[in-house]
Amino acid sequence: MSLGAVNTGLTGARALQAAGIGVLLILPFLGGSDYFMHILIQVLIWAFIYTSWALMGRLGLVSLGHGAFMGIGAYTVVLLWNFLGITPWLGIPIGVVLAVLLALVIGFPCFRFRIVGHYFALVTLALGEVVRLTIIALRDHTGGSLGLTPNRFGDGTSWYALQFADKEYFYYIALAVWLAGLGIWVLVDRSMMRYALIAVGEDEGAAASLGIRVTVQKLRITALSAALTALGGGLYAQYLTYVNPSIVSGVTVSLHIVFAVIVGGMFTAFGPTVGALFTITLSEILRISFGAQIIGLDLSIYGLLLILFIIFLPKGILGSLQDLAAKRAREAKAD
Amino acid sequence: MLELKSVSAGYGSFQALFGVSIEVRRGEAVAVIGPNGAGKTTLMRVISGLLETTSGEIAMEGRSLLDIAPHEIVATGIGHVPENRRLFPRMTVEENLKMGAFAPAARGKYKERLAFVYDLFPAMMERRNQMAGTMSGGEQQMCAIGRALMTGPSLLLMDEPSAGLAPVIVQQVFDLVRRIRDDGYTVLIVEQNVRQVLKLVDRAYLLEAGTVKSGGTAEELLGSESLRKAYVGI
Amino acid sequence: MAFDIYLLEAIINGLLLGGVLALLALGLNLIFGVIDVIWISYAELVMLGMYAVYWLHAYYGVPLVLAGFIAILGVAALGFLVHYLVISPILSSPPINQLLATGGLLFFLQAFAMLLFGNEFRNIGLRLPIIVIADMYISFARLLAFGAALLGMVALYLFLSRTFIGTAIRAVSQDREIMAIMGVDTKKVYLITSAIGGGLAGLAACLLVLQYDVHPDVGLSFGPITFMICVLGGLGRLLGGFIAAFVMSQFITIGGLYLDLEWGYVLAFVFFIGMMFWRPQGILGTRS
Ligand SMILES: Nc1ncnc2c1ncn2[C@@H]1O[C@H](COP(=O)(O)OP(=O)(O)OP(=O)(O)O)[C@@H](O)[C@H]1O
Ligand SMILES: [Mg+2]
Repeated sequence: MSLGAVNTGLTGARALQAAGIGVLLILPFLGGSDYFMHILIQVLIWAFIYTSWALMGRLGLVSLGHGAFMGIGAYTVVLLWNFLGITPWLGIPIGVVLAVLLALVIGFPCFRFRIVGHYFALVTLALGEVVRLTIIALRDHTGGSLGLTPNRFGDGTSWYALQFADKEYFYYIALAVWLAGLGIWVLVDRSMMRYALIAVGEDEGAAASLGIRVTVQKLRITALSAALTALGGGLYAQYLTYVNPSIVSGVTVSLHIVFAVIVGGMFTAFGPTVGALFTITLSEILRISFGAQIIGLDLSIYGLLLILFIIFLPKGILGSLQDLAAKRAREAKAD
Repeated sequence: MLELKSVSAGYGSFQALFGVSIEVRRGEAVAVIGPNGAGKTTLMRVISGLLETTSGEIAMEGRSLLDIAPHEIVATGIGHVPENRRLFPRMTVEENLKMGAFAPAARGKYKERLAFVYDLFPAMMERRNQMAGTMSGGEQQMCAIGRALMTGPSLLLMDEPSAGLAPVIVQQVFDLVRRIRDDGYTVLIVEQNVRQVLKLVDRAYLLEAGTVKSGGTAEELLGSESLRKAYVGI
Repeated sequence: MAFDIYLLEAIINGLLLGGVLALLALGLNLIFGVIDVIWISYAELVMLGMYAVYWLHAYYGVPLVLAGFIAILGVAALGFLVHYLVISPILSSPPINQLLATGGLLFFLQAFAMLLFGNEFRNIGLRLPIIVIADMYISFARLLAFGAALLGMVALYLFLSRTFIGTAIRAVSQDREIMAIMGVDTKKVYLITSAIGGGLAGLAACLLVLQYDVHPDVGLSFGPITFMICVLGGLGRLLGGFIAAFVMSQFITIGGLYLDLEWGYVLAFVFFIGMMFWRPQGILGTRS
């Protein structure tokens, strides 16, 4: 549905969107397998996280450390539940707050001292490592690199513990969160913040002299991005009922986030979602076709495709399709 | 020796040169003068291959330069002293000079030419282990000229060698250019110090907005009332 | 307070570790300085080099020194290919795209190593003695690695300062645009630099394989610290990276002595982040 929306007019797009949401709402009743539901939930949660990253990324703030925020979100909720019995309904917000605090602590000096480009990427990469290594080092509580499972509550289905035996519950939660993520993207898009930041991205000096408070605007978007990523991390932990440093934190996770967004296209609302859909489907197909017999072949192809994407389609799938559509439209007009 | 026939060039969609034709004969000193943004630097860059032409023809000693790779043009005998000197600031004077002798043909003559340059600029000899970026403007200009001489050129392109220098130093730089010219080098020089440079060269071209407005011997141009008003400021 | 022999031992071990880290940082910095691109997959080249030594020596029985030379040449060739195939097509794209392309390469190389060599930890099975000096235990492998790293760096220094091409490599890092008027083909310089960067990764691989097990993910354990060292020293500044390597390695070993190894790394990264705010341009860098 998102692809169709590119070409059609505004009302058509609205109708398509409504239809798309309708389909997504009744999907669990169509009798898909558990595996299918599992993939869908993964796509939705990751799409949400990717969207959160792209809020920053499209403004030139390329963070290679979002695994830090995801890790904080995921571990905070599980640790609070296991050791203090605090419900995820409180644990997730606490994780979000912690992630925002960390984002501010790092972001403020970065933006204040105009750390951009490579430098910003590498500082955030270091941040991701700090969080990953801290999680491992606190092994008495976190289980180190082996990871951690949230204690089971009752029979395994409870709103209080945010644990569900059936996938449908998480499906709707993930769907709601994903839609909220898109809504936030649109809101950010509409607000002044976007214009201000684009001005910043192009020419910081000029934007500053226009009276835009560069640091504050960048901090706001970074805090927002970190908060949403931590929320995604908390949710992911609840869904998997398992966390470990290498699935929620560290360089690999951070790079995966960046890549998926690039593959999808980071300059349109649906780009990150397309990225999630594409990368998860691709890796599942590759895993199922080759994974069992030959370990590594699926990921080799995946890595190769990423390189090819960056070389040949730097705007991502959706971005390139939109360019193509725009070109078609222009040609049609010229005729 | 060097001949440009209706050369056009630019940066992206911006065109900076519009069909420029000039000629430099062996042994001559020729100046290109004109207001800021006229395209003088662009012209020099096109000759030495730093910028591609969009149309026209450039030939050195009858051989077209357009189908030679940029880094091979130096082997045809064109040395370029670029605008703003462009030394390697964190390398020593001697290393900067060494870079001038990078081309395979020049490497064999490295020692010999280094001695020649040190002879020409004893100050460079004294400062040969100093970082180029820490020298004064005039010294840096000497080093830049020395670096171009290291390539063993027969034609020397100089882009505003006196820019940004104190008046006393400017005089020294002009003396230097005169000496190089008297040593038998052919010189194509861009200058804002129009009056001084016209005393030094045989001929000059006036470049305005990317086209050659007029050309002639130094005396003719000095005699031209409009030029004197506009550029010489007498 | 009594003189702390463990602290001294940690400091010496840090110094020895610093040698190898300095070598890694040197390769990465050289590439960044000249080509203006960060190879996020640099440590994965090292990983492949380690595998090369392992297979040649432990499996096919090639003498260790010869295996090392082959590995260095192999990784140098790989460095050449990385530039030729991945970087040069996107040389004019935004720098961040180049960084990410090598990030894709990181995934590819890791998975490819998994495919070729499997998931096991492998050790070349060399038993080098432990040296005991005044009650301190110093690993001979580390000492050897330190010495070889220093030798490698001296060789690089001589190459960069004495030869025409070495001088040109440094010159390109200061003003790439003007090189053509001196007859320098920057494309060739890029390729040579990439091969040298690869060769340094290969040398580091030979030294690391003496001390650590090989595994497809081994690059992740020293890749990030190497990037931080480069930034701390000032990206592209060889001397800065050299100094930063020894500073960071002290954090790791001294931190590891009093706390856990991970805390040592955490301290090093936190120190790095702090330093970025104090001197964003790095210890020796100048900011453009
Ligand atoms: N890299 C560039 N990109 C875009 N436009 C450029 C570039 N360099 C020069 N120009 C434009 O080309 C025109 C000619 O520039 P050029 O540097 O050749 O002028 P010039 O005669 O040397 O001026 P000056 O006396 O100030 O050195 C100018 O309008 C300038 O703005
Ligand atoms: Mg000029």
